[in-house]
Amino acid sequence: MGATSDNREVKLPVYAGLQIHKQKPGDRVIALAGNPNVGKSTVFNALTGMKQHTGNWPGKTVVNAQGYCTWHNEGMVLVDIPGSYSLMARSSEEEVARDFICFGKPDAVVVVCDATSLERNLNLVLQIIEASKRTVVCVNLMDEARKKHIELDLALLSKRLGVPVVGTTARSRKGLDGLLDQVQGILREGHPQERRLLVSYPDYIEEAIGQLVPAIEQGAKGELDARWLAARLLDGDDGFWVSLQESLGVSPKSDSGVATALRQVLSGFLLRGISLTQVQDDMVASFVHTAAEVCDGVVTVTRQGGDARDRRLDKLFTSKATGFPIMLLLLLLIFWFTISGASVPSELLAKGLFWLEDRLAWGALAIGLPTILVDILIHGIYNVMAWVVSVMLPPMAIFFPLFTLLEDFGYLPRMAFNLDKCFQSCDACGKQALTMCMGFGCNAAGVTGCRIIDSPRERLIAILTNSFVPCNGRFPILISIISMFLIGSATGMLGSLLGALILVGLIVVGVGMTLLVSKILSRTILKGVPSSFTLELPPYRKPQIGKVIVRSIVDRTLKVLGRAVVAAAPAGLIIWILAHTSIGGITLLAKLTGFLDPFGHLLGMDGVILTGFLLGFPANEIVIPIIIMTYLAQGSLMELEGAALLQLFVQNGWTWVTAVSTLIFALFHWPCATTCLTVQKETQRFKWTALSFLLPTVSGIVCCFLFNTVVRIFM
Amino acid sequence: MKQCVRLNELMPGQHAVVTRLTSNGGLRRRLQDLGLAQGSEVACVQYSPLGDPVAYEVCGTIIALRRKDAHEIEVEEVAYHGCDERQ
Repeated sequence: MGATSDNREVKLPVYAGLQIHKQKPGDRVIALAGNPNVGKSTVFNALTGMKQHTGNWPGKTVVNAQGYCTWHNEGMVLVDIPGSYSLMARSSEEEVARDFICFGKPDAVVVVCDATSLERNLNLVLQIIEASKRTVVCVNLMDEARKKHIELDLALLSKRLGVPVVGTTARSRKGLDGLLDQVQGILREGHPQERRLLVSYPDYIEEAIGQLVPAIEQGAKGELDARWLAARLLDGDDGFWVSLQESLGVSPKSDSGVATALRQVLSGFLLRGISLTQVQDDMVASFVHTAAEVCDGVVTVTRQGGDARDRRLDKLFTSKATGFPIMLLLLLLIFWFTISGASVPSELLAKGLFWLEDRLAWGALAIGLPTILVDILIHGIYNVMAWVVSVMLPPMAIFFPLFTLLEDFGYLPRMAFNLDKCFQSCDACGKQALTMCMGFGCNAAGVTGCRIIDSPRERLIAILTNSFVPCNGRFPILISIISMFLIGSATGMLGSLLGALILVGLIVVGVGMTLLVSKILSRTILKGVPSSFTLELPPYRKPQIGKVIVRSIVDRTLKVLGRAVVAAAPAGLIIWILAHTSIGGITLLAKLTGFLDPFGHLLGMDGVILTGFLLGFPANEIVIPIIIMTYLAQGSLMELEGAALLQLFVQNGWTWVTAVSTLIFALFHWPCATTCLTVQKETQRFKWTALSFLLPTVSGIVCCFLFNTVVRIFM
Repeated sequence: MKQCVRLNELMPGQHAVVTRLTSNGGLRRRLQDLGLAQGSEVACVQYSPLGDPVAYEVCGTIIALRRKDAHEIEVEEVAYHGCDERQ
């Protein structure tokens, strides 16, 4: 394993490069840019009818997504670009944004702005206007601005910027037709860029630009705006020139004429005692101050304190006294609803699906399919899938909408705000709290979400530790064992509350382990200085409850379920084969469990439980079903509920020690196949995938072993 | 009486104007992009439960910064007039 002592040595792939899919040759390409969390994805979804996941936290969109939209019989390919504060990029997402806007040659750029913080947003608007020939400004979240008593004179804004400005409320589709009209209008115009507002830099920079422009015009052959290129040349951003060279094959910096001119300019700066930092500062200040000037008279706050409610909520959610208790309480409530709400539908679903299994088998035999095929297809594959669906669907259908409601409301960034100190003391990024939360839903999704973390070193830490929190696939294991062994005689509401409490406790253990391992990683193989981190706390938004429920069930629940079913089908086949192939009168399944038995006992479990975890590699949902099936020594997964299940486990030697050991191992063992594949995809290095596999596995083995050693000593 | 301090020294409720950024590179740019450039107004909103990071209001947006990053920003405390000075 390559020791990594420096941030720069950790290399992760950049998510650049996008194949634009036009439906007709005449289709136009429209880039959708903007600051993080201004509703770009909402605008994108509303225009394309697509369902990019949206949520109230900055950094939702981490890769370019594209969609198609037809307006007045003209086709447009819309590209949803990751949110960025500036074109002077410094994170990989911002590089993606900059590269597409500057070098992807979109026909027009729509800059989506937040009406409630227009001045800040104008910084990016002004930079894009400078870089692009056709820009349309979309001032979104007009409804929120109204609520905060902010009035906007968009006609004046448009006049000052010299580009079309449209006010929208994308959530309720207001103003979007006007936006499309303006986009098509500007596409038809010959030279709309002649009206645009160009930021004027301090005189000495303007002089330098004047010196560079003629040389650039010769070198770059008019591909890009020479003035803009000259300004970037003075910015001293090397990454920009690499992208320029890669995307367009031009490199004015290596062109000797440009290089000479640049040398002259820089030595002139040196003579006058002007540092490059000052040049950069003055450039940024030009944008900031121009933004303030443009806003003057455009933005009027008619009544102060429009965000008083948000500040009160922040006091509640992030203060010393109530921040953490409320966080735990919310977690508790979500799990309580999930556990108590899911049991009945789960049971019904299982009954229905297994009833169908018998009918299917009967039907298949009736139409003359061979018995062996019916066994494999229906009692093997269908049976496992039915298990996965009935165990997973109800809790997910409750958990995901609840979680999405919190996300939509804007609570997640507050959680990251509360927890950041913990991650900071582990030299990790505060945004890891967000990716960890996504891991509760699905570790693979959490790993992908780690792209929001800018520093490669911190992103790797977040990726490698993501499976230390239980995902939705593992909740059923935890929930069923907790309800069987640890709640005891408590039933009904009290029982499910107690179950939720224990579950919260387990999650706290998982979070603690995440922090511990992060700390170990950043002190050993991923050493480095913690990067700076800025976190935007967006305004609270009233969740669109109906939409959230539909979206989270359709998009998230069914997607995760679909993946689980796909993973479960081959698993069903393997299990069936293992259980039906005998060597010397003993099935392969029995051989496997017998082989693992000594090792299992060392960890407080048995060979059957370990087999369950091993065969559950494709999807953790099938762990418990496999265990049951093996105990019953039967050929297919059995439906067993409550007391019967407990009895079966106790008959096979389960005690509370077995239960706790299994809980620990369910919390910490290898990530599922999908997660491993995702880690490989994100890091492109086998060693990191292997490490992401080994870290939780070793932790689980160590924890189980320690727990059992302690139990043996004291009992 | 105006007083020059570091941003991390502000208490919740205090307002200030940025006088100088002392960090370099990425953080400097990021802070500037967020509106924390020389001359811009900033207010300390509240501490997180563990005291770090701290939430600040800049350009009508709430931004959380770690204390060590906020230390890189020199500010001058100003009295709060109860309304945006631009108007």
